[in-house]
Amino acid sequence: MTNRRDFLRSAAVTGAAALVPAGEALHAGRDASLNPPGQAAQATAPVAPREVDPSDGGEVITTDRPGGDFMVDVLKTLDFEFVASNPGSSFRGIHESIINYGGNSKPEFITCCHEESAVAMAHGYFKAEGKPMAVLCHGTVGMQHAAMAIYNAYCDRVPVYILAGNSLDATLRRPGVEWAHSVQDAAAMVRDFIKWDDQPISLPHFAESAMRAYKIAMTPPMMPVLLVLDGGLQEDPISHEVTSRLRIPKLTRATPPQGDSGAVAEAAQLLVNARNPVIVADRAARTPAGVQRLIELAEALQAPVIDQGGRVNFPSRHPLNQSGNARALIADADVVLGLELTDFWGTVSTVRDGLTRTSRSVVKPGTKLISITALDLATKGNYQDFQRYPEVDVAMAADAEATLPALTEACKRLITADKRSAFQERGKRLADAHKTALERARAEAAYGWDASPISTARLTMELWGQIKKEDWSLVAESGIMSDWTARLWNRDKHYQSLGGSGGAGVGYGAPAAVGAALANKKHGRLSVTIQGDGDFLYAPGVWWTAAHHRIPLLAVMHNNRAYHQEVMHLQRMANRHNRGITRAHIGTTIDDPNVDFAKIAQGMGVHAQGPITNPNDLGPAIARALEVVKKGEPSLIDVVTQPR
Amino acid sequence: MMLVVVASVAAMRAQAPPAQSPATATPSGNADEGKKLFVSYGCYQCHGREAQGSSSTGPRLGPKPIAFTAFSRYVRRPTGQMPPYTVKVVSDTDMANIYAFVQNRPSPAAVQSIPLLREP
Repeated sequence: MTNRRDFLRSAAVTGAAALVPAGEALHAGRDASLNPPGQAAQATAPVAPREVDPSDGGEVITTDRPGGDFMVDVLKTLDFEFVASNPGSSFRGIHESIINYGGNSKPEFITCCHEESAVAMAHGYFKAEGKPMAVLCHGTVGMQHAAMAIYNAYCDRVPVYILAGNSLDATLRRPGVEWAHSVQDAAAMVRDFIKWDDQPISLPHFAESAMRAYKIAMTPPMMPVLLVLDGGLQEDPISHEVTSRLRIPKLTRATPPQGDSGAVAEAAQLLVNARNPVIVADRAARTPAGVQRLIELAEALQAPVIDQGGRVNFPSRHPLNQSGNARALIADADVVLGLELTDFWGTVSTVRDGLTRTSRSVVKPGTKLISITALDLATKGNYQDFQRYPEVDVAMAADAEATLPALTEACKRLITADKRSAFQERGKRLADAHKTALERARAEAAYGWDASPISTARLTMELWGQIKKEDWSLVAESGIMSDWTARLWNRDKHYQSLGGSGGAGVGYGAPAAVGAALANKKHGRLSVTIQGDGDFLYAPGVWWTAAHHRIPLLAVMHNNRAYHQEVMHLQRMANRHNRGITRAHIGTTIDDPNVDFAKIAQGMGVHAQGPITNPNDLGPAIARALEVVKKGEPSLIDVVTQPR
Repeated sequence: MMLVVVASVAAMRAQAPPAQSPATATPSGNADEGKKLFVSYGCYQCHGREAQGSSSTGPRLGPKPIAFTAFSRYVRRPTGQMPPYTVKVVSDTDMANIYAFVQNRPSPAAVQSIPLLREP
């Protein structure tokens, strides 16, 4: 490790190099940034300290080339657009290198008010952009704040690239706070829900680990990774000894794992010969290509698709989209193909949450279950997000999106003319069922249309009426809204719904929306979020971040003035215990006083309206908000709604 | 933290007896009183304040509910995800009032008359 003492030794023999102008180092840094990801880059030349204070026994007190500069070269090579962070002294070295040496561009420093917000922003950003955002935080207090959001990203199989500051050398720590902000093993508290971590002890080590972390994070199943950065490594000058070893390794992304050819053939046989095959997808479409690949398979088989919504897996208005008929279709299925399902067992079973918990299968005996999921390659033990064990017949430990082309081709080879004719008949029936389901959803939406508090269906359609002709992106939906957007909106692009938090940790919605909106900004997409009230209150400083960084985002609140899920849980407990629910509001509602969300947002510099209780006022409010958003600013509308 | 309660809406519909309306089996109730009870007993938490229902929590109940006998039986001894409301919690009189409220919900306007629902 290079520490301050090592530096002093090297400084004594580098008098000539001490005269290298700072400008050259900056120039070299920019050169490094031009190397596209995947190409090796020579590290910039070292610059030894240029100032010596003769009055202090020759102590060198400045440097033009700290280790953090090299770290920035590495981050630029990895093409990070942004680094989200709440500032902290344990990473002040790399922070300064990013904004000065790196020119605060690629990555640009995004100021966050909470580490949980920073990670959740990166979470949402990835799902809109398809590449990770970096996050900087303290290895101690920052990591503790960030932990919940890291867990959400882990459960949602989203790579977040976390860099955590730390101070390893106890003899060089400042007294007081720096000790409280130092830790032996910063990754320990989150290691159960990240994919990989390292604590490099040299800059060459950092460069290799940075590449390795990126590669691991982006290989399905994708998950967060963590690099712990020693303060000395960031702040101390790059010594000549280290300089000779500095290089940025080439990044080669791993190809996602495909299903075994024999298993693919077996699955194809089952699907083609099935009378009632059903395809269920949760996080199957990692990229836009994933949506097209699933369309190809479904159309080849004329099989129904149930989109569980972890991503946009299948166009909502495609006639084979049967998400609204999921239960009946699964009950009648003879083959169920599960693509990256969070919970295959729960897909084919039901549990009754009564005084005695009971469960039963909802599929017919003999129904064949085929699973394709990369999660079979990386399951951990402590946190139980892996759900109950599914008794499947074919289990491919593989990435579904990468496996779909081979599976589709294998199916096509088996489809005879007779089968094709039967499939077409099935497709017609499904198209009729799709149309009926859409009509039924519209009819259901009409109930309570003029109610106050405003119905969630009315809110959904007032919003849809004004965004449907835009290039829109529903970046988050933190209130539970009876699936209205999935049932009534026409969504066929991967960024039109980014799914949920993964770990159901409340507080994801607002920051994930801001992060995804940041990604959407350069694409000119209209970012829209349906914002829950409980979620809003976790770390509302993210609205300041949205205002400060001019992130256009239309936020329409689903404000039911409660942690409503918990109201229902309390109701369930109270009734089960035969006590009635008159006190179930205690600890679960958010009223008395009602929160003035518009005022909070305004205080953060965000244009805001509300609370709106009259449904007839909602449309005009959305129109006003859209004007603001189209000018590049965030806008929030507080809408008092029905519970669900 | 949030634990998602997945209400077995379809199961409830399937498990509840088919709708029938023997007039003699339906006690007269007070809809205005029922409206208050619908809130105070928390029925609205899953079914909405207008009993309009939710795909994620509880089905629509009105304006044409299942027959009172079946309605009452299900509320007392639900077979799906709904919590049980025993007579100790909801009296028979209150049950009748709630039923009257549900029955009296207005029919919605036709979809074709609501532009936001009519358009694609």
